[in-house]
Amino acid sequence: MVARIDRHAGAVFILPAVVVILAFSIFPLLASLYVSLSRLTFSEGGVELKFVGFDNYSKLLVGIDHVHFLGLLGRPTILSTAFLGAAYLLILYLLYRYSRGPNLTVGGLIGRVLAALAAGTLLYLVANTVLTSGRPGTLVVTIVYVSVDVTIQYVIGLGLALLVVQHLPGRRFFRVVFLLPMMITPVGVAYLFRMLTDTDKGPLYPLWVHFGLVDVSWVTNPWGARLAVMVGDIWQWTPFIFIVLLAAIETLPHELVEAAVVDGANRWQVFWRITFPLILPATSTIVLIRLIEGFKIVDLPNVLTNGGPGTATESLTLHAYTIWRTLDIGGSAAVAYMLLIVVTFVGVTYVNLFRRRVTAMS
Amino acid sequence: MAILRRANSVSTTTIGVPTTVISYVLLFAWTFVVLFPLYWLAITAFKIPLDVNGGPFYIPWRDFQPTLENWRYIFVDLGEDTFRPYENTVVVGLTSTAITLLLGSMAAYGLVRMRYHVTFGAVASFAAGVALAVILVVVHAPWQIGAVVGFVLFLLMLNTVAKRAKKGVGNDDIAFWMISQRMLPPVAVVIPIYIFFQQLQLLDTWAALIIAYVASHLPIVVWLMRDYFQSIPLELEESAAIDGASPYRIFRSIVLPLAVPGLVATFLFVLVFAWNEYLIALFLTSANAQTLPLTVAAQNATRGPQWWYMSVLILIMIGPVIAMAIALERFIARGLLVGAVKG
Repeated sequence: MVARIDRHAGAVFILPAVVVILAFSIFPLLASLYVSLSRLTFSEGGVELKFVGFDNYSKLLVGIDHVHFLGLLGRPTILSTAFLGAAYLLILYLLYRYSRGPNLTVGGLIGRVLAALAAGTLLYLVANTVLTSGRPGTLVVTIVYVSVDVTIQYVIGLGLALLVVQHLPGRRFFRVVFLLPMMITPVGVAYLFRMLTDTDKGPLYPLWVHFGLVDVSWVTNPWGARLAVMVGDIWQWTPFIFIVLLAAIETLPHELVEAAVVDGANRWQVFWRITFPLILPATSTIVLIRLIEGFKIVDLPNVLTNGGPGTATESLTLHAYTIWRTLDIGGSAAVAYMLLIVVTFVGVTYVNLFRRRVTAMS
Repeated sequence: MAILRRANSVSTTTIGVPTTVISYVLLFAWTFVVLFPLYWLAITAFKIPLDVNGGPFYIPWRDFQPTLENWRYIFVDLGEDTFRPYENTVVVGLTSTAITLLLGSMAAYGLVRMRYHVTFGAVASFAAGVALAVILVVVHAPWQIGAVVGFVLFLLMLNTVAKRAKKGVGNDDIAFWMISQRMLPPVAVVIPIYIFFQQLQLLDTWAALIIAYVASHLPIVVWLMRDYFQSIPLELEESAAIDGASPYRIFRSIVLPLAVPGLVATFLFVLVFAWNEYLIALFLTSANAQTLPLTVAAQNATRGPQWWYMSVLILIMIGPVIAMAIALERFIARGLLVGAVKG
């Protein structure tokens, strides 16, 4: 009897988790795909689905909702053209280097060309709505949130980790304090920053007076509102990057640094030649996590600015929710699927381009 | 773990005075950035509306007279409207975290210590069985029949076609599959889950929220605990197995006690996620099972931002998690991040 139980132990350990994930992630995901291809109405005692093909998607990409989703292209400016030119040159260079490299395969090349085309399209959208007089849609706004937030969070988080890792008295205090924002509900963070950014009765009032900005309201200026959302997100999630990088730096072997110092390396060299390369694996993991989580942003813009002014601060998830509220459930699922596609694309590209190389190195 | 304990700092060389001063200036600057918003929140909770709207007042007793009026309103006047969401949040948060931790640790342990080999044939059989069941339900067969027929097809294929395929997925693939579920934006799955719970008449109940949270937080637990279990030496388990202990007993009496730091850190992490979760609760609950983030968010919609009340609500909401974070900080650094650090 005992032996019989043991033989099944493997299944007993893993099956509950597999069943839960299958039932509440995979099946809903497939069902969601079907919903996004249909028109769904709630009727008495149930739901009615009518298959409509790609209607919901075409509405987003070329139909009535495309300004909301993709934004409005402005006339190209010097800045947008320069940005696009540089980005395209970089992509072409990466493709060229791959085609000359030793790992060239037909499948790999096709995959990379497709990825380059997708990245090129996204960059085109970003450049021509953000850097021109155009208006970014929810897709571009979400991409801006994620890229700006993750970059700044990483820089500040790494800086704080390097400061705390020194043997200064009081480091435990700083560790605990720096951790706090992560624990606060994003809804709370949103209200907190609404109070703080109030130019009329917020605590920064003397500052606004000094710069003559009292009558300016953050919330009515599209970029001001987006900035407020990003500042809130950076405040909240920098601790996460800080704590992981701190742990990563603390586990580095002493001897390497000591040897380098004996050889006359200064702190700058120690950081760039030893510390930074050695924490690259941790960096790649943490940036991947933040990228993925960042795309899901919804609470902050919803509460901080209500997605406004207009739809200026709406993220993709919030976009899906506002459509849901108008009971266009198929359309909402379509937005959610577009988000899924973008997240998957960014995640896979990141892993292939950066993460795999880092893990191969270490 | 040995490495973790030994190395405390990268720079063992003495730090010069200017560096120390600059370091402290920067550290206190960020401390200010972190603490000032919280300070503002705390004092706003003790202000009367006039003191909030009359312009910024910074220091209690000097600039304004603190009052407990807002606290009285939230706890006495609102009473039930405050306590019910609070109770919901506590119950849903703790229950879902406990279940997630149990299921996730079991799966993580299995993935670390057992060998799994699922052939592509088995996967295909399963998919075919499910597909058949779904098709039957779509053409209006009763779901019981669909489930049974699908299951029979699955068993049939498993014992015939699937036997031929030897290639399959192993532990690493299964782990990757589970962890990658975290990439899923909740909004992409919440609509079918809503319809599912609507059919079961479970909308706006604890059960619906708990199930949804368990599913969405399982990947985190599997990811973190898998790395933690890998760092536990195998010898103890081996000798216990030789003494005749079953895998379940080994897991319960040896592995789990050894993994307490990792479990504590993971518990805190998942609890914070469940405690603060907004989107799923927004879809799945209305009046009865509403959790605190929704209560806080709703303050705005109903009466315009009443900062003084809102501050009290936010304070009592973040109080417990912040206290826990301060108490368990050393576990976070030690337990949680073994995995992330390795990359």
